[in-house]
Amino acid sequence: MLMHPDQKSDLLGAETETPVLALNRVTKTFPGVTALSEVSLVLFPGKVTALVGENGAGKSTVVKILTGIYQPDGGEIEIDGAPCRFPNSQAAGDAGVTAIHQETVLFDELSVAENIFLGHAPRGRFGLIDTAEMIEKARAILVSIGAQIDPHTRLKDLGIANKHLVAIARALSIDARVVIMDEPTAALSQKEIEELYVLVEELKDQGKAILFISHKFDEIFRIADHYTVFRDGALVGTGSIADVSEGELVKMMVGRDVSQIFPERDHNVGDEILVVEGYEHPTEFADIDFTLHRGEILGFYGLVGAGRSEFMQSLFGITQPASGTLRIDGEKVVIRSPADAVANGIVYVPEDRGKQGAITALPIFQNVTLPSLGRTSRNGFLRLAEEFKLAREYTERLDLRAASLDTDVGNLSGGNQQKVVIAKWLATQPKVIILDEPTKGIDIGSKAAVHEFMAELAAQGLAVIMVSSEIPEIMGMSDRVIVMREGRIAAELSGDQITPESLVRHAAGI
Amino acid sequence: MSKHVLMSREMLLTGAIILLLGIIASRFPAFIAPSNLVNVFNDTAPLILLAIGQMIVILTRCIDLSVAANLALTGMVVAMINVAMPELPVPVIIVISIGFGALLGMINGVLVWKLAIPPIVVTLGTMTIFRGTIFLLSDGKWVNSHEFSDTFKAFPRTELIGLPLMSWIAIAAVIFFTLLMSRTTLGRAFYAAGGNPHAATYAGIDVGKTQFWAFTISGALAGLTGYLWVSRFAVAFVDLAGGFELNVVAACVIGGVAIMGGIGTVVGAMLGSLFLGIISNALPVVNISPFWQLAISGSAIIIAVALNAQANRDKGRIILKRAEHAT
Repeated sequence: MLMHPDQKSDLLGAETETPVLALNRVTKTFPGVTALSEVSLVLFPGKVTALVGENGAGKSTVVKILTGIYQPDGGEIEIDGAPCRFPNSQAAGDAGVTAIHQETVLFDELSVAENIFLGHAPRGRFGLIDTAEMIEKARAILVSIGAQIDPHTRLKDLGIANKHLVAIARALSIDARVVIMDEPTAALSQKEIEELYVLVEELKDQGKAILFISHKFDEIFRIADHYTVFRDGALVGTGSIADVSEGELVKMMVGRDVSQIFPERDHNVGDEILVVEGYEHPTEFADIDFTLHRGEILGFYGLVGAGRSEFMQSLFGITQPASGTLRIDGEKVVIRSPADAVANGIVYVPEDRGKQGAITALPIFQNVTLPSLGRTSRNGFLRLAEEFKLAREYTERLDLRAASLDTDVGNLSGGNQQKVVIAKWLATQPKVIILDEPTKGIDIGSKAAVHEFMAELAAQGLAVIMVSSEIPEIMGMSDRVIVMREGRIAAELSGDQITPESLVRHAAGI
Repeated sequence: MSKHVLMSREMLLTGAIILLLGIIASRFPAFIAPSNLVNVFNDTAPLILLAIGQMIVILTRCIDLSVAANLALTGMVVAMINVAMPELPVPVIIVISIGFGALLGMINGVLVWKLAIPPIVVTLGTMTIFRGTIFLLSDGKWVNSHEFSDTFKAFPRTELIGLPLMSWIAIAAVIFFTLLMSRTTLGRAFYAAGGNPHAATYAGIDVGKTQFWAFTISGALAGLTGYLWVSRFAVAFVDLAGGFELNVVAACVIGGVAIMGGIGTVVGAMLGSLFLGIISNALPVVNISPFWQLAISGSAIIIAVALNAQANRDKGRIILKRAEHAT
């Protein structure tokens, strides 16, 4: 299906060209969440289509459907106009669809050639792998994309940019017709990005259809031919990149009907409670200065990887900043460990609650009292009556219903596990509570409950830091918003300055 | 609900032990005479002591393969001290053995904590180092029965209300560590650090330090057992208790200690030890070859692990409201 690569039609010419691959009104639901709702997407040979959308717009779900990891609940996938199915990733590969991920999914301990040909290595006598031929073919492919990599090198000895090249070589080795690039430039330097652009041009000339997922508008306008915008799992716009401006794209990404209701809050903030000055880490963030007040909800917005969670982890003592000072209630404190943070009234509810939140093999009351054992024990001896009292108080406040506080947390539903985690942190009687993506992956009803609860905490005088990548949540809940980009504070917004456009502009740096 | 599961797991094991005794009694009734059961328990006491320490180490997602080597090295050290200073009273010897064993355990603990070396590698290394040290200390020579002082040899056999002191020490350790595990912040930290290290870190628990204390306890118990072993058998040599670390791990696994950490009890470790102890005492009596003994112990381990895996199998997400309280 190698079509005329020079035929640069700027029509979204479904009439003039047959798309290599098309999604027709594809729907995907997860319990409680509709990830994709009747979205369509067409990819043409020799064309780059940029897929644009906020975090949570459904981009990765589409990638997973195209690579056979998820099965759509409705709609169909078409290859060359004929409906087909990808029951597994093998089937997607056989149909010529391949994905190059943000973090390449390759094998560090294998050689470059083995990585390129894993699963479809050339066979010699007795069905054994013909190593010599494999190396030769790998070398040919690498040369064809201008990569100066020895096929014998072990993958782990390569830099990120070269790993991307290996991933691309792998895509070519299986004769891919559709190449999905999921934020390929996220970890690359400017020079490496330029080289990638050249390569994308080459892939176009070879007639491959490319789906390019990126948050960076400059590169979208530089290399894409078409765009498709998703918002909240729905298709909101598609067309030729020549007919659209940055502003229009941003509007499509964020412009939304206000379907979520956020709790009413009187935005009365109290005294300063936390002052951060000059926080800096050698590789993760720099120049972080801000103040936080009692009764305030301070939103932290940014793209994934902007350094928000990394900064929060150092604020909580998991990692150490290289320099910077921290004042709580006017007093300078040094936090060297999470225990220090908890003792100073800072708690952190991490993003990955499954992994970092509850201890499922322990009963509810032991989970709740874990960070507060200093108060419920004397000289290292536990006082179980105190523990039960504390656990009962906070689980009742959160309306947690369980047969008994002796129930293992592993036997609770997800929503109740989350309540246990929140109860655990409230029981430490914190001054500052950091919530990292507090509503990620939970259904609308539970989201509203979490928002309600945050408003209540702030009303009680707690200072709340909310790390969130969801614009409605940031806008609906925050008194002020700090936008981070590439490890630095890009903007501090309050009041009317907090608009979807300003958030996206500062986060993407346009 | 954990109490129920653990209870049932321990009840199950108790049931298995009673069944085992029943089968043995049907062929050899004298085996379950109280005096013989006391002997079996006394024989199993060292395994119980080591299994308690190992249980705590496994609870924190580590493993201590150096326990038997620690036992032998500490045993050799106190044996040589006794030969050099026969008048040194036994309580002092016991304090030395616990302290020296704890020190060896701390070496493991520091390597795991500060250098983040995988525990299996650390303890495999120290196991060899400890054995080698015994050779250097003793020149490969044995310390034999006639070289020990009488009080040194008499201590574990001294009877108190019908039980030798050896058994009383095992019982005391079971009680002491049951309290430590259920009633102290350190005990809670062991469960938390193994159950979910990330969550424990966020709750202010230093996981590495907790693992350090686990190795220290395991080492202290190995040291104490070193003295008891050497004095009971009145001999110390390089290969003392060679390979015994595997029995210790096996006792833990049979006793319901999850090899992935976070789950286990002192009573479980004791029951697992007794199960193995009964098998190794009964089989020679009923005239079954020692090779069968190995096969039976091995089968017991696999069955125990299979049962645990069954019990811990992910029940899937609890979405239905009514399922939440039914579990």
